[in-house]
Amino acid sequence: MTRTGSPLVRRVLLGVLGVVVLAAVWELYKALGPATGVVLGDLTVLPRTSDLAMPHVWDMVARLFRPVRSAGDDEMMWQAVLQASFFSLGVAAVGWLVGVVVGMLLAVVMQRFRTAESALLPWIVLSQTVPLIAIAPLVKRWGSQIEIGSFSWENWMSVALIASYLAFFPVSIGALRGLESPDVNHVELMRTYSVGWWATLIRLRLPASVPYLLPALRLAAANAVIGTVVAEVSIGLRGGIGRMIVEYAAAAGGDPAKPWAPIFGAVVVGLLAAGVVALIGLALTRYRRGETPA
Amino acid sequence: MSTETSAQGQPIASTHPAAVSVAGVSKVFAARKGADVTALEAVDLTIAPGEFVSLIGPSGCGKSTLLRLIADLDSPTSGSIEVFGKTARQARIDQAYGIAFQQAGLLPWRTVRANIELPLELHKVGKADRAARSSELLALVGLLDFADKYPDQLSGGMQQRVAIARSLAESPGLLLMDEPFGALDEMTRERMQTELVRICAETGAAVVFVTHSIPEAVFLSNRVVVMSPRPGRIRDVIAVDLGRAEGRDEGLREADSFFEAVVAVRESLHGEPAGASAVRGVDQR
Repeated sequence: MTRTGSPLVRRVLLGVLGVVVLAAVWELYKALGPATGVVLGDLTVLPRTSDLAMPHVWDMVARLFRPVRSAGDDEMMWQAVLQASFFSLGVAAVGWLVGVVVGMLLAVVMQRFRTAESALLPWIVLSQTVPLIAIAPLVKRWGSQIEIGSFSWENWMSVALIASYLAFFPVSIGALRGLESPDVNHVELMRTYSVGWWATLIRLRLPASVPYLLPALRLAAANAVIGTVVAEVSIGLRGGIGRMIVEYAAAAGGDPAKPWAPIFGAVVVGLLAAGVVALIGLALTRYRRGETPA
Repeated sequence: MSTETSAQGQPIASTHPAAVSVAGVSKVFAARKGADVTALEAVDLTIAPGEFVSLIGPSGCGKSTLLRLIADLDSPTSGSIEVFGKTARQARIDQAYGIAFQQAGLLPWRTVRANIELPLELHKVGKADRAARSSELLALVGLLDFADKYPDQLSGGMQQRVAIARSLAESPGLLLMDEPFGALDEMTRERMQTELVRICAETGAAVVFVTHSIPEAVFLSNRVVVMSPRPGRIRDVIAVDLGRAEGRDEGLREADSFFEAVVAVRESLHGEPAGASAVRGVDQR
């Protein structure tokens, strides 16, 4: 295809431009904004421009290339952040995978049995209104009681489970819409071929659901990353980005650029997750012919 | 019990059962508040193997319903339908018919060839046999060069030809077509009709063809079944004798015999018995 050439370059350039503009706005406000921040009544609308509240962009970047503890001979900050990022990404991936499988299964069951749809769907929607902070301790406590032979529940599994709890929702909703998307025409055609529900699912409903599924997978990836980072904090799992953000925030007083490093890490995790889903979408191009090019 | 019985336990009537045999069929759609809609009432129709029969009539006359009953996409309220001596249900299970709808209904993620092979694939036909059959059908509908294209790369007429090829994939003895050319422009439509006549002659399949168009019905058919609405009934069956398939070309559309048949069908549609009177009655529509 010829259209992968220059538009791809264009998109990358636009992406870079977006980051540059963001940095420029940051520095511009820091240089020109009032030192006490913009306050409306009692409400601080925009932050203070001190180095403490808003470190220079280059300071934040430079901080990545210094050791973790300014004084010691620790590993470089970027190494630590990258390590934590991959740890979180791994946990998020497990959560995403579990969420996708569960979401798909729920969608298939709901498509198959109308009663299941009316019985399950309200609960699925309701499940997402439970705050993450509330379920994290529960999951941890229940998990700690599981011990089967040599298998014992570990904290990272609790985090992955919570990530999957956020990830399954868009998948189940998107997949259900997708599975129900084929025309009556197509469904009746399958009936004239006198094939059963299973063959109809494999040959018609699943392929037809792809355009609905891909945005759902993207949402699920974002949810899994957020779920992982937040659950790491509430469960108290070490080694990931979430915990790092909390730990480094404490150091903000003496080293204001430090807390930003794990935040960059979280962005990297999000980008990687979105990238993987984009690759999945690329592999399924054939099933997206009906889509209008984005 | 005699061994000379069919699966349903009925004695086999003849060695060559009719392609379609509809006897005393009614279809009532239950509507809310008890206001049932009678879509078909006491319909009898027998279609011989290899015969081309069109169902024509105004909207709501039940012609599509009748087709759906034959296809076992719906079941009759009363009466019986047999396809090649089997119940409609058994005929569907045995793939005794191929079907084409007004929308081509191709799967957008499959190439033209893969779309034609769909029924074969679903019925576990081997890869080599599938490829051979789809090549045959692609040649039949003149789309060999488009085998690897996707449906969205084809015109409406081409898509409909793919749908027809797909309906022929398993060499059915009966073809059910529900306004397959309804969405095409007039030029394409006439070309498709000529092609359909040729394809039917080559495959020897019986056809039940639902249409709104009088010239289309006349051009294609051996018999035209004229239906009337509310409740759907067969008003008339008009035999059209326009000669063998090879002779049906564009010239036929301007022949006197063609016009005579068109007039006969039109008069029947407008409520007069065919040929009963040379003078048209007051048109009430």
